[in-house]
Amino acid sequence: MIRNLGILVGLFFTGVLLYSFLMGAYTYLTEEHVETAEHMFHEHPKSLSQSSDGVFGKFDTAQLQRGYGVYKEVCSACHSLEHVAFRDLQAIGYNEAEVKAIAASFQVPAIDPETGEASTRDGLAADKFPAVYPNDVAARAANNNAVPPDLSLMTKARHNGPAYVYSLLTGYQNPPKKLAEEFPDSMPGTGLHYNPYFANLNLAMAPPITAEGQVSYADGTKASVDQMSKDVSAFLTWTAEPKMEKRKQTGLAVLAFLLIFTILAYLSYRNIWADKKH
Amino acid sequence: MSFPWASQYNPTNPAMKWIDERLPLPRLVYNAIGAGYPVPRNLNYFWNFGVLAGFALVVQIISGIILAMHYAPEATVAFNSTEHIMRDVNWGWMLRYMHANGASFFFIVIYIHIFRGLYFSSYKAPREMIWLLGMVIYLLAMATAFMGYVLPWGQMSFWGAKVITGLFSAIPLIGPTLQEWLLGGFAPDNAALNRFFSLHYLLPFVIAGVVILHVWALHIPGSSNPTGVEVKQESDTVPFHPYYTAKDGFGLGVYLVIFAAVMFFAPNFLGHADNYIAANPLSTPAHIVPEWYFWPFYAILRAFTFDFLFIPAKLLGVLAMFASILLLFFLPWLDRSPVRSGRYRPLFRPFFWVFVVVVLILGYCGGAPAEEPYVMISQLASAYYFAHFLIILPIISSIERPDPLPASITEAVLGKDGEEAPAAIDTIATTGGAATQPAE
Repeated sequence: MIRNLGILVGLFFTGVLLYSFLMGAYTYLTEEHVETAEHMFHEHPKSLSQSSDGVFGKFDTAQLQRGYGVYKEVCSACHSLEHVAFRDLQAIGYNEAEVKAIAASFQVPAIDPETGEASTRDGLAADKFPAVYPNDVAARAANNNAVPPDLSLMTKARHNGPAYVYSLLTGYQNPPKKLAEEFPDSMPGTGLHYNPYFANLNLAMAPPITAEGQVSYADGTKASVDQMSKDVSAFLTWTAEPKMEKRKQTGLAVLAFLLIFTILAYLSYRNIWADKKH
Repeated sequence: MSFPWASQYNPTNPAMKWIDERLPLPRLVYNAIGAGYPVPRNLNYFWNFGVLAGFALVVQIISGIILAMHYAPEATVAFNSTEHIMRDVNWGWMLRYMHANGASFFFIVIYIHIFRGLYFSSYKAPREMIWLLGMVIYLLAMATAFMGYVLPWGQMSFWGAKVITGLFSAIPLIGPTLQEWLLGGFAPDNAALNRFFSLHYLLPFVIAGVVILHVWALHIPGSSNPTGVEVKQESDTVPFHPYYTAKDGFGLGVYLVIFAAVMFFAPNFLGHADNYIAANPLSTPAHIVPEWYFWPFYAILRAFTFDFLFIPAKLLGVLAMFASILLLFFLPWLDRSPVRSGRYRPLFRPFFWVFVVVVLILGYCGGAPAEEPYVMISQLASAYYFAHFLIILPIISSIERPDPLPASITEAVLGKDGEEAPAAIDTIATTGGAATQPAE
């Protein structure tokens, strides 16, 4: 009974699926394939190697500080860093006094203790980086109808994130001639900029890092556009996962322990089963 | 419930004796996973995965309880509280990666466990109840995992919740109302997040309860084994402890090495980047995909692209997706071959391996975007999925001529049937050995 019913149900589903397959295949073969601009012109991120890569990877604090400089002087004009607190910056090599000074250079929302009205005060080490815009509407109004996303998690929120950020920052270019010929609708509109590393090809962010020496590096590193882009990608790799170094170090210790445990467990298994054929 | 030659619990320590007389818990453990539980001697490494699944469940429950102490199930702060765990809670990053990857590893383990059951027909009499309870655990685990994935309230959490609860809206007449009732609103929001959190905390304990029933049911006939021949005599078995505690200990070590390698060095490999973007009801991700362990079923859902006999494609897809899981409950009665193990079923074997490949293909297509050629491939693969269980297996079981079976497990292992006597080399076995049965 169950098997007879089962065969009927099975025939129904396989039948419907084969019918759908034939219909789909017919449509696929007969209809014209429309190529999209994104499919043709979107590029995968360039390869980027970072000191934090790999099992033994460690952050380069000098680079993170340079990257922070790029964020502070360029990105922070529009992009927030809401999950990062000023105190976190101690992890990239700033001392307590420097962290306090950095925090004080930002204004954070506060309540006036006298009047109870909304006001601002100097940031404290315990504060997080403040929002840039009071709300999304204000953000849109100031940025050609696009909300600049928060950058705290950017390198984890995109596939191959660090390389994506680096590629996007260095990937602005004039739209190829072929794009204008074949996909005139995909040409950058007013206020948009062509960048093949962006999924939609055109984005509202104007090229942010454009000139050598745009950010002054204290450690004497040459501030080329490429270097600044790499440094800020490294900084955003850190903001996305400040505990990464600790994670990898813990992982190595855990793996070493587990390997010894597993070898011992294997030997005792062999020992216990030595007299039992199985 | 055990074999006559099982050794009896006989405490010598007065404290254990005192406890045993008042609450025979030590006896229960001894008979369940101790020397008092005879197990076939020929189990291969695929029989490690039951214990591993239990271990993975415990890891999930412990890490989950601690995460819940720091997580806030409220739509405006859920995403931030997850980041709070990652950044400011001591070892919070480790707990969260352990829990997120632990869910994936739980499914890896139970998929291997299920496929072992399929190949060696562990679902056949007298073990149907073990299989049915296992399927209940699997369903509960899927529901738990789905709701857990919603909790971080990232983009995939939100849109996954929207798509999966949207499946219920395909049910005629009551569908849309049912979806609103499930979500507590027209779209996933605070009401949905709160109830998902509540259920996500509850269901693992229900799973643990069903696991106890699953193991209880297992101890009635005892474990199956790779030959599929039932245990007949003492020489077919070894006591669970120390033999299988040692083997499971080694298996657990290997599992933990792989788990730790992924958890510490590629913790986001099995996840989706979009879930690090806070949920935004106004922005739909380009590709909404569930977690990898749902991909085969997601492929079946999306394989139905045309209406058929006035049944809308969406409803067909939903019916097929649920049917693809529910039909597993009927497996003990669909496959009537008297032979259990795939080793002795020459006709079943090739179809089984085709089925394995088909499920992998379905998994790949389920994770791919819903465009050609993936849709056409999913349609063919889904057709085989249903045909395998509902048409091929019943037919095979009536026309197949199985290979000759060994007379006993002992014969399969030693080449000759009967008791192996030499107690001299049997130094570690702690079986009582008094009540051995004669070989048949």
